[in-house]
Amino acid sequence: MNPGREQTMTADGASRPDTTPPAIRLVGVSKHFGPVKANRSIDLSVRQGSIHGLLGENGAGKSTLMKVLFGMMRPDAGRIEIGGRPAAFRSSADALAAGIGMVQQHFSLIGKLTVAENLILGRATSGFVARWLRPLDLESARARAIELSERLGFGIDPSARCETLSVGARQKVEILKALWGGATTLVLDEPTAALSPPDAEELYALLQNLRREGTTIVLISHKMPEIMRLCDRVTVLRDGAVAGEAEIPRAFSDPAERQALEARLVRLMIGRHRPEVPSRSSHIWPTVLSVRQLSDGQRFGPIDLDVKGGEILAVVGVEGNGQSQFVELLIGLRKAAGGGIALDGRDITDMTTLKRFQSGIAHIPEDRHRLAVADGMSLVDNASIGFIDGAPFAPTSFWLSRHRRARFAAGIVRRHKVRASSVEAPVTSLSGGNQQKLVVGRELSRAPRLMIAAQPTRGLDIGSTGAVHEALIGLRDHGAAVLLLSLDLTEVFTIADRIVVFRQGRIVGETTAADADIDRIGRWMSGVDEEARQ
Amino acid sequence: MTMNSIVTPPQNRDVFTGRRQVRMDPAMLAETLGREADVAAAENPGFLPRLVGHFHALSGNLGGQVLTFTLTIAAALIASMPLIWIGGSDLWRAASALFGGALGSGPAIAETLVQMVPLLIAGLAVAVAFHASLFNIGVEGQLVFGGLVAGVAGASLDLPPALLMLVCIFAGMAGGAVFALIPALLKAYRGAHEVVTTIMMNFVAVAISEYAVSPTGPFVAADQPSATERVPDLARLPVIWEGTRLHAGLLVALAAVIVIMWVLYRTPAGFRLRLTGANQGAARASGVSIARVTILAMLASGALAGLAGAVQVLGVYGRFYAAFSPGYGFDAIAVALLGALSPVGVIASAFFFAVLHAGSVPLQAVAGISREMVGVVSGLVVAFVAAQPAALRLLSAMRRRFAGAMPPDGLAETEVSK
Repeated sequence: MNPGREQTMTADGASRPDTTPPAIRLVGVSKHFGPVKANRSIDLSVRQGSIHGLLGENGAGKSTLMKVLFGMMRPDAGRIEIGGRPAAFRSSADALAAGIGMVQQHFSLIGKLTVAENLILGRATSGFVARWLRPLDLESARARAIELSERLGFGIDPSARCETLSVGARQKVEILKALWGGATTLVLDEPTAALSPPDAEELYALLQNLRREGTTIVLISHKMPEIMRLCDRVTVLRDGAVAGEAEIPRAFSDPAERQALEARLVRLMIGRHRPEVPSRSSHIWPTVLSVRQLSDGQRFGPIDLDVKGGEILAVVGVEGNGQSQFVELLIGLRKAAGGGIALDGRDITDMTTLKRFQSGIAHIPEDRHRLAVADGMSLVDNASIGFIDGAPFAPTSFWLSRHRRARFAAGIVRRHKVRASSVEAPVTSLSGGNQQKLVVGRELSRAPRLMIAAQPTRGLDIGSTGAVHEALIGLRDHGAAVLLLSLDLTEVFTIADRIVVFRQGRIVGETTAADADIDRIGRWMSGVDEEARQ
Repeated sequence: MTMNSIVTPPQNRDVFTGRRQVRMDPAMLAETLGREADVAAAENPGFLPRLVGHFHALSGNLGGQVLTFTLTIAAALIASMPLIWIGGSDLWRAASALFGGALGSGPAIAETLVQMVPLLIAGLAVAVAFHASLFNIGVEGQLVFGGLVAGVAGASLDLPPALLMLVCIFAGMAGGAVFALIPALLKAYRGAHEVVTTIMMNFVAVAISEYAVSPTGPFVAADQPSATERVPDLARLPVIWEGTRLHAGLLVALAAVIVIMWVLYRTPAGFRLRLTGANQGAARASGVSIARVTILAMLASGALAGLAGAVQVLGVYGRFYAAFSPGYGFDAIAVALLGALSPVGVIASAFFFAVLHAGSVPLQAVAGISREMVGVVSGLVVAFVAAQPAALRLLSAMRRRFAGAMPPDGLAETEVSK
């Protein structure tokens, strides 16, 4: 433990008496792309051995700043100092040599290789013989991986193939890989974006261990709880500039103080107050979706479930515990081996996907790239997906209206604030968040009786997330049923009326949101209770 | 009330046409139909801008496509120059023989257009399949079989000439479609890769057509080996340029371009086809039957290939010859790729290949360069088209080096919205 860091500091970091130079110091860094100013004269100072949060909405300039720091882009103005010495990185290799490791948002591991093989992959060995002829020194890599893993509490088997690891374990291997080259400063870009709460917990513990060992960590995130919990200091970016900075005390004497700080950070981040938490459902209509003994004959089910009109039912669970099978069964992409599904009292078990949509199902897919948008088609085309089997777009089989589709797409763009140059633009010219808004708007336009929303706010910033939540709540208030599949428990607690927990393709727990206890849900998700019973 | 609108299903019939109405939020539906006055004000900027807009919507980035097309051709021609030089000829003589031979006079242009017709129709056939992410290498076989069916129908049916011509054309299309149906079914229901099955079907088609007009075959002509009997002159596609071989097949081909353009971009079936090609998962999740799209796309592709064969038989030879196609179906792949799969682009690239084909005879006679050079150029075109993504990456890397980095994903749209 480093006692000097334990004390709470409320004053500005620069004025503290400590004389060690900051691990990273950015002075006046600016970067623009044409007329877009991604970073505007940013000053940032990260203390040695601290966890420094970088908070901001999508497009606030966090990633650009870190790419500049990591040498992947060159700044237009400003300078970078590492450990007090000026640095001019020309590539990420230079940054690595200076002891900066970066863990990108997307995984970079090769599934077919083992952990140890992934760790030594790409580590430059000079000399012809060493590079091409000498066998790989996997043994010592394995030994070192075990040593690191035990010291830091990784708990990873270096001879396991990466494709067999869980998402959480893979994230840890990414961190291990960044540390492998001797990095003393780690930059993590939204490391918990794809993790379940238990996996995220383990990652938090790991980051705390790393801090204790003296590693400096820059944590890019837009999750407020994780910033409050882990960081010593946080810098908030908004519109490419530093909106403010704050010390985060390790312990709060008063919960009100904590709330005040959180509120201040959110205000800095979005430039206004957090949207109001909406009210719970006031009225319950008859059952909309009714599922009886539904199974796919493999690892899903049997499941019984009812969703009433005017209700948001959240399905939670660790990723890969039957959620996607459930959705595929509901929309007809997967054949039911047993049991049945009824929508508004009508049996839809054997209906085609198209008929189910006509009967009032809408679906916001979890995997946008695989199921929701077609790259290479225009915004108009993507907006019309699922609307082309009849009027108003296709009154006859020989005519697909261009004007009506364009007006429809323009309507979605306007209502859901999709930022696009024109409706004829290719959908790939939209950012991920705007593509998601387009998909959400399209699915809301189906006037659904049952909205299946799988991770509907993934990749959206706080403002757009609020808009999606409002839209789902609007559907609910008008008597539709909403099935929300989410890995984000905060989201679930914010808008759901009832929660069921999936584990290994079965429902293992159910609670109303009002009585929900996060610990109990966590136990259901991880199966601790079941194991205890056995 | 809005509440009612969601609780009760919306109307199920279109108010104007009475056709089935897609389930849609009433507010969005009203917005989509729009009031005529608003439409006139907002969307009728005048005839010419609208025409340009139509064209723009169909072609995407037109300037970029024309540039890509030109550069690809230039690269292929430049890359074949060393071969001409090694062959001992000089470039200027080769170029003037090629282009003079293809475009130097009225009759030469007519002959080039004659060569263009089968390439254009077959190129469309390949492009249609490509739009659904299907690689139909069997166009050659479908074309030969379509030609055979058209030739046999023309020689053996006793019908009024105009009707016989139509029957021959449709018989040819049906023949091509049947030959494409087998790989389509195998792909749709058995998952057999269409590249493998269509290649094999090529051998079947060629073998069947050779047998049909072999000395012991059922359809061989009495006066001509390896051919069917003649199609009556009046049932042939008429010559549209006196004194040349240029026949009405050119009009058929241009009509096919318009029809395919309409089908792809202005019909629900075409939308399903393009969606399936762009993202099969999204297509399935929105209720499109992939098997059906696969079969329809292959049938359309095969029918176009059969049309190319029938037009060639009815327009140029007046009868089916066993070896009437010098590999139109294979050149069609290069045609479709160079045309960037767009029907209009296919016209341009078919014309380019037609120039090569028509110019290859003078090339050999005047400049002493083997006709096979044409095959070399068409192979190079395919190679350069395949290299386009890599070339684009290289270009953007160079731009990064000279002008700083490219904007990351999230920022591109901020730029344009200003």
